[in-house]
Amino acid sequence: MADVTHGTLPPLSASETDDVELYHPHSWITRYVFSQDAKIIAIQYSLTALAIGLVALVLSWLMRMQLAFPGLISFIDADHYYQLITMHGMIMVIYLLTALFLGGFGNYLIPLMLGARDMVFPYVNMLSFWIYFLAVLVLVVGFFVPGGPTGAGWTLYPPQAILANTPGQQWGIIVMLVSLMLFIIGFTMGGLNYVVTVLQGRCRGMTLMRMPLTIWGIFTATIMALLAFPALFVGAVMMLLDRLIGTSFFMPAIVAMGEQLAYKGGSPILFQHLFWFFGHPEVYIVALPAFGIVSDLISTHARKNIFGYRMMVWALVAIGALSFVVWAHHMYVSGMHPSFGFFFATTTLIIAIPTAIKVYNWVLTLWRGDIHFTPPMLFALGFIVTFVNGGLTGLFLGNVVVDVPLSDTMFVVAHFHMVMGVAPILVIFGAIYHWYPKITGRMLNDAMAKLHFWVTFLGAYLIFFPMHYIGLMGVPRRYHEMGEMAFVPPSTVTLNAFITIVALIVGAAQLVFVFNLAWSLRKGRPAGGNPWRATTLEWQTPQTPPAHGNWGQSLPVVYRWAYDYSVPGAAQDFLPQNQPPDPQPA
Amino acid sequence: MGIAVALALVVVGSVVFHFLSPWWWTPIASNWRYIDDTIIVTFWITGAVFAAVVLFMAYCVFRFRHREGSRAAYEPENKRLEWWLAIGTGVGVAAMLAPGLVVWGQFVTVPADAATVEVVGQQWQWSYRLPGADGKLGATDIAHVSAENPLGLAPNDPHGQDDVIIQGDQLHLELGKPVKMLLRSLDVLHDFYVPEFRAKMDMIPGVVTYYWFTPTRAGTFEALCAELCSTGHSFMRGGVVVESESKRQAWLQQQKTFAQLQPPARAQARN
Amino acid sequence: MIVIVVFMVVLAAFAGWWLSRQGLMAKPWLETGVAGEATGAPPSPRPIEKIGLGAFLAVAGSLFALLVSAYSMRMGLPDWRSLPMPTVLWFSTGLLILSSIALQATVIAARRDELDGIRSGLLAAGVTSLAFLAGQLLAWRELAAAGYFSAGNPAAAFFYLVTAIHGLHMLGGLAVLYRTATRAFDLSAASAPQALGRLRLSVELCATYWHFLLFVWLVLFSLLMRWTDDLIEICRGLLS
Repeated sequence: MADVTHGTLPPLSASETDDVELYHPHSWITRYVFSQDAKIIAIQYSLTALAIGLVALVLSWLMRMQLAFPGLISFIDADHYYQLITMHGMIMVIYLLTALFLGGFGNYLIPLMLGARDMVFPYVNMLSFWIYFLAVLVLVVGFFVPGGPTGAGWTLYPPQAILANTPGQQWGIIVMLVSLMLFIIGFTMGGLNYVVTVLQGRCRGMTLMRMPLTIWGIFTATIMALLAFPALFVGAVMMLLDRLIGTSFFMPAIVAMGEQLAYKGGSPILFQHLFWFFGHPEVYIVALPAFGIVSDLISTHARKNIFGYRMMVWALVAIGALSFVVWAHHMYVSGMHPSFGFFFATTTLIIAIPTAIKVYNWVLTLWRGDIHFTPPMLFALGFIVTFVNGGLTGLFLGNVVVDVPLSDTMFVVAHFHMVMGVAPILVIFGAIYHWYPKITGRMLNDAMAKLHFWVTFLGAYLIFFPMHYIGLMGVPRRYHEMGEMAFVPPSTVTLNAFITIVALIVGAAQLVFVFNLAWSLRKGRPAGGNPWRATTLEWQTPQTPPAHGNWGQSLPVVYRWAYDYSVPGAAQDFLPQNQPPDPQPA
Repeated sequence: MGIAVALALVVVGSVVFHFLSPWWWTPIASNWRYIDDTIIVTFWITGAVFAAVVLFMAYCVFRFRHREGSRAAYEPENKRLEWWLAIGTGVGVAAMLAPGLVVWGQFVTVPADAATVEVVGQQWQWSYRLPGADGKLGATDIAHVSAENPLGLAPNDPHGQDDVIIQGDQLHLELGKPVKMLLRSLDVLHDFYVPEFRAKMDMIPGVVTYYWFTPTRAGTFEALCAELCSTGHSFMRGGVVVESESKRQAWLQQQKTFAQLQPPARAQARN
Repeated sequence: MIVIVVFMVVLAAFAGWWLSRQGLMAKPWLETGVAGEATGAPPSPRPIEKIGLGAFLAVAGSLFALLVSAYSMRMGLPDWRSLPMPTVLWFSTGLLILSSIALQATVIAARRDELDGIRSGLLAAGVTSLAFLAGQLLAWRELAAAGYFSAGNPAAAFFYLVTAIHGLHMLGGLAVLYRTATRAFDLSAASAPQALGRLRLSVELCATYWHFLLFVWLVLFSLLMRWTDDLIEICRGLLS
């Protein structure tokens, strides 16, 4: 790369110098359906993800009903229960959270926050969404094939994932694997776009250290996802071959139900390594964008710069890098070589340090702030509580020997729902309340938003906090009913019923949110261009919602970092990034 | 305002729940008290951090809520504070990790005098195999599994002939004697898990895994499968009886060896 | 899994080197003002397509590193039986090297704007690549005819898998090469310099991609030929 001389005016970025021909839609179809505008693609991604997420929410209701009142809904037998948990987990982790954070927020915010007109490869971006859409369709087809969707658990561990006693062994598993492969291909197309746009599409003056943390989070997570998803891809291809043409990548010699199978010589643990080499970074792929977004929400709504911006950036990068060497902490009791335990426990607990720094800095941002209790701020506070709680229980499970009694119990279920279910979802809600005015030009209804927040936050905490203690007793996860267990007191049944009732209420509260989204589209208060008085570029667009090309005639120029809130001496309590400094005598 | 109260209530409620909860781990029946101790240490450290962070947050939210004319401070960073917090976190993490690693070292180091027991998982039942008079378990292979030889012992391995095969019964262990559980699966992943013993490890078809513990309390304990193994997973139960050596020997005398279980024709041919 | 970890460490080292030039130690709140005064390099002057291809190669590299990891992990199990490698693989390796050379020559021709050189270079690369794929197919048939294509043979399954995934990448590259070639034949010396510039860019991208495919193939080939056994043994020794 050419050396850069400082002091002179820097070269223009590629998007300015090249005669980048902005794509121009010619018809309704190319404007709203096969659109190449990142903002439309973002909305398509978000709506698809939220829609399939609602399906997963209903699945969780059904399995909670089964856990609390076994036999009440008669069609939920063991097979159906396993199909419910599998599809719930898979949809929530991959098709909702990953797609919404990167495909949804990534597409909407990267070009706008960086002062670009669009993603660098708009056509590939469009393909990315449609392949994702196809992956979702294939996933949905799984519900209707003979035998139903796969019930192998979202981890799809072989050999049981493709053996006869597992529900969905016939078609469900095939459909699932194909859908995952499509998702990965689609995501890779989008992900390359996000990375190259961050690298090359920034407007003048937008150095890396002037980027909002949202972009840092999405950028780091995208790089991780690009490198981690191939592991799932390889695993999926191999398992598909095992299932379809009888290779033995993951299948050792097996006697199933008294019958010798033809498989021979495969290694089930190889799949676990591949799966978790993807699976652990996946946790941070969901978490890092949430970290970034919540930093911006807190800063904006507390009218204060994010505390320790540099440390926040370094921590993001450190977490991203470290998360590739901790995968086997999901496998402490998998039967892998025991000496791995020392290494992976150490790396896992080390990663707690940069994560803790982020938490401190969010809280210290509140210190001496000017905190407005807007819905985004409330959700951000809720995120910190649930994330701290879930992160700390991670220290139990990451510490290898403590994991031995707790692994595969409800403690694990409670932990990961708190830390990568509830916490990121709260950020998603906060982010939607924050950016909806920019996307639609109207505010979401405040009363409905607050009702949504209180029920969701307190309810989710009431669901998952007590659940840890069920696991501590030793109740294993993935039991479709507890049945008679000698060591489980009868009061646990009551606790389970309580959790289920709260879960139904929290689920119903999401309908308020969906209604609010639809209602405010027409009836919401007009927002104006910058209702939160925020500094970042997306709020400085000439039109709201931003028009195609985002910036009208000329691209913005950035003069300052993203967090100039309450600067001493400034007239307003925020200085937009593109506001030139006052002319000062030299 | 409401949120400040709610945050404080979350902390108070969580702590109260923790101490009043009737749901707590089962009384321990093995030597892994260290694991419980490490969990307790972890509870104290993480609990303190949780309470401190959330209560501090509640205070900030209350103290610095927006009022007419108020304005936030401008404070980009405070290197010293950040480093101290990072170092403090590092110390806390080390305080949890160090005992954890020490105990893990014990967990994976089987004492030399441990008795050997093999647990075999298959959908959806447990079987057990104890070494016979020669103290050694015979070789096995999936290819040998058949109706007469459900655990797949090699028919011509002399060590295997006197192995005691237990199917459809509970496993009896000697009180106070370390035992190494060799774990083998015939079909899919399973995990032999007795909550009172704290220890567990997956069994993987094609591989023999292990863990060890010393039963320290007499009684009958329920064994569960802790790794999803298809439809019957939640029904895959077993039992472990911990008792004195004399009682155990009495039980052992009634069990059949591999050789005794073979159809008479083949057993004679071998004689 | 040591291979993929090493791959990740290399990527991390590159990322660290790049980040170190981005002014991550700067205090952005002190640097108000015109863009040029801020620390940190502006976007690279390279075309976005090259950066995009670089990012894609990192992803594809991760895919192949994982395949190699899985392969070497499986090789480590005691029941591993190697396959006899068909001799035709030597010929296909040679063809792939020729193909890479042809594309490198095409790049040189493109930098001099020699349309004839570009055309013949692209043709040569296309023909040798197709011949490479044909060679791989012959190897497949040879092994199948010798009865190795069976369920219980992990070595055969891995052989088919890695060659198939590599071949699919080659097919994707050939589609782009075909489009580049049609453009090269549509242009004439009188065409606009912009069009020639775009053609040059396409040729450079193809060449980079082919060199990557060649490198991956050489790694896979040495693994299949078991030249790397000692290395794998050392890695395994480090792990246990």
